[in-house]
Amino acid sequence: MATSNTSANAPASGLREFWFYFSVNRGAVIGLTVFAILVFVAIFAPLIAPYAPDVQFRDALLRPPIWDANADPRFILGTDPVGRDMLSRLIHGARYSLFIGFFVVVGALIVGVVLGVLAGYFRGWVDVLIMRIMDIILAFPPLLLALVLVAILGPGLFNAMIAIALVLQPHFARLVRAAVMAEKSREYVTAAKLSGAGHLRLMMVTILPNCLGPLIVQATLSFSNAILEAAALGFLGMGAQPPTPEWGTMLASAREFILKAPWVVTFPGLAILITVLAINLIGDGLRDALDPKLKRS
Amino acid sequence: MLNYVLRRIALLVPTIIGISICAFAFVRVLPGDPILAMSGQHGVTPERYEILREQFGYNLPIWQQYFNYLWGVMQGDFGISLATKRPVINEFMTLFPATMELAFVALLFAVIIGIPAGIFAAIKRGSWFDQITMGVALTGYSMPIFWWGLLLIIFFSGYLGWTPVSGRIALTFFLKPITGFMLIDTLLHGNWPAFVSALRHLILPAIVLGTIPLAVIARQTRSAMLEVLGEDYVRTARAKGMSPNRVINVHALRNALIPVVTTIGLQVGLLLGGAILTETIFTWPGIGKWMIDSISKRDYVVVQSGLLIIALIVMSVNLIVDLLYALINPRIRVQ
Repeated sequence: MATSNTSANAPASGLREFWFYFSVNRGAVIGLTVFAILVFVAIFAPLIAPYAPDVQFRDALLRPPIWDANADPRFILGTDPVGRDMLSRLIHGARYSLFIGFFVVVGALIVGVVLGVLAGYFRGWVDVLIMRIMDIILAFPPLLLALVLVAILGPGLFNAMIAIALVLQPHFARLVRAAVMAEKSREYVTAAKLSGAGHLRLMMVTILPNCLGPLIVQATLSFSNAILEAAALGFLGMGAQPPTPEWGTMLASAREFILKAPWVVTFPGLAILITVLAINLIGDGLRDALDPKLKRS
Repeated sequence: MLNYVLRRIALLVPTIIGISICAFAFVRVLPGDPILAMSGQHGVTPERYEILREQFGYNLPIWQQYFNYLWGVMQGDFGISLATKRPVINEFMTLFPATMELAFVALLFAVIIGIPAGIFAAIKRGSWFDQITMGVALTGYSMPIFWWGLLLIIFFSGYLGWTPVSGRIALTFFLKPITGFMLIDTLLHGNWPAFVSALRHLILPAIVLGTIPLAVIARQTRSAMLEVLGEDYVRTARAKGMSPNRVINVHALRNALIPVVTTIGLQVGLLLGGAILTETIFTWPGIGKWMIDSISKRDYVVVQSGLLIIALIVMSVNLIVDLLYALINPRIRVQ
């Protein structure tokens, strides 16, 4: 009776312990709050945004934000060169950035974890082959490799996401491989093996859950990296294509107006910065909470 | 140590072969035909097309093309640019100093500010200085640098009119390149106004490119310093009655800087990637802009060789960093 009680409580207290360490970090809580707001905005974008992202107000081209004397009260953050409402486009842009981050992380995570587990579990030639391929990918500057991959696949948001996932995935593979190698010789793994667990079960059920901490931290870092790289590709004309309200693409098409209308450049970049900063704050908090070495007892 | 060096270099051989295969393969699967790309809008007659195909070896089996390419590379022949008809290696050599100069000044900026900031933040842990520095560092680390560059242009070039918007030096100066490094060349020529002009052109791109390395170095220095400050030998030094300055400068700093040196070395790949964005924004004539222009022009030969050269540079620098690390830290050598 007592044992079943403790095992039922274990996950809850684990979560509570995690929250205890996470919430010590004020920045992390702020980051989480901002991120939650962004997710909310992204999900309900069509309801929140005052206008559709692609509707053009021909009578209000390049209007400054509301605090400027020449502002048009209809457009809080002003309009872009073809008279689209900046605020509405930014709000819809949140959907793209968060979706990019999510998709890329899930893709990179799945591929990276599978390769890393295989390399760390089987060692030998499997390990050599996989890790040499990862070395090759890591030898190229990530943005350059992503650019070439997008040039091969054709410019566009989806191809950009695939390219970025491919470029970020070796970090997961290396991390998982190292963790699996460290865990593999532990007694609980031997015990599971003796009780007849197969390779797949040993890899995925026995070992993998114990490598989760660093993986979660890496996933957070990759989330923000993915958003930055996708915006950079969009900025270079190789990511999402206009008129998509993706923040990097918005910056690219606003570039020629930087001195005439600074707001069309300022706001999309600020949106990227705030999103990435919020995620990195969460990442720092997660690292502190999940890394037992750093825990202050 | 020699043993370790040789083993590390031997490990690189398969990676280098893999990189060359990748660079070669990428370019083969790029959409479009290199001969057509080369001949421009006028097109070519079918006979001429065949002659060109033969001349550039595109009619050979793919593996033979690869070995011919590899053989050429080993002799320093990286092919001829389709767009400019000049040898790729010559183009690279004229553009590389521009990127080197930019990256070097950016890294200098990052190190000069990042290391002291990290040290003070660690010493004054929890103080307002620590909190502000780390807040700024995390912001810098999260910065979309292409936007950061545009903001600096808006403020310093547009609003204040202090710095030029693009290029390496004002067009009124004609200097024969000596080293290819504008700051050094202008000084060698003894042309002070030209030096000032070069410096004014360099300052914003260097800040933009140095921002993320600066943030990484400051964070890394702080955490390395904090770790060292908690060590027994630091406590012993303090207990012996050493002055706080001596404990920090002699005992803590030297050990804390080992991982920082590694971090600095690993920024080189990041700098080369960041150079693509920075050089595009500031129209800086370096290899980053060269690569992106070649990709959009579909200049296959340049993309292929550029990828190869850049990857080799990144790998060599990482190797040097690893070897330096092994030199400082003997535990690494015996594995």
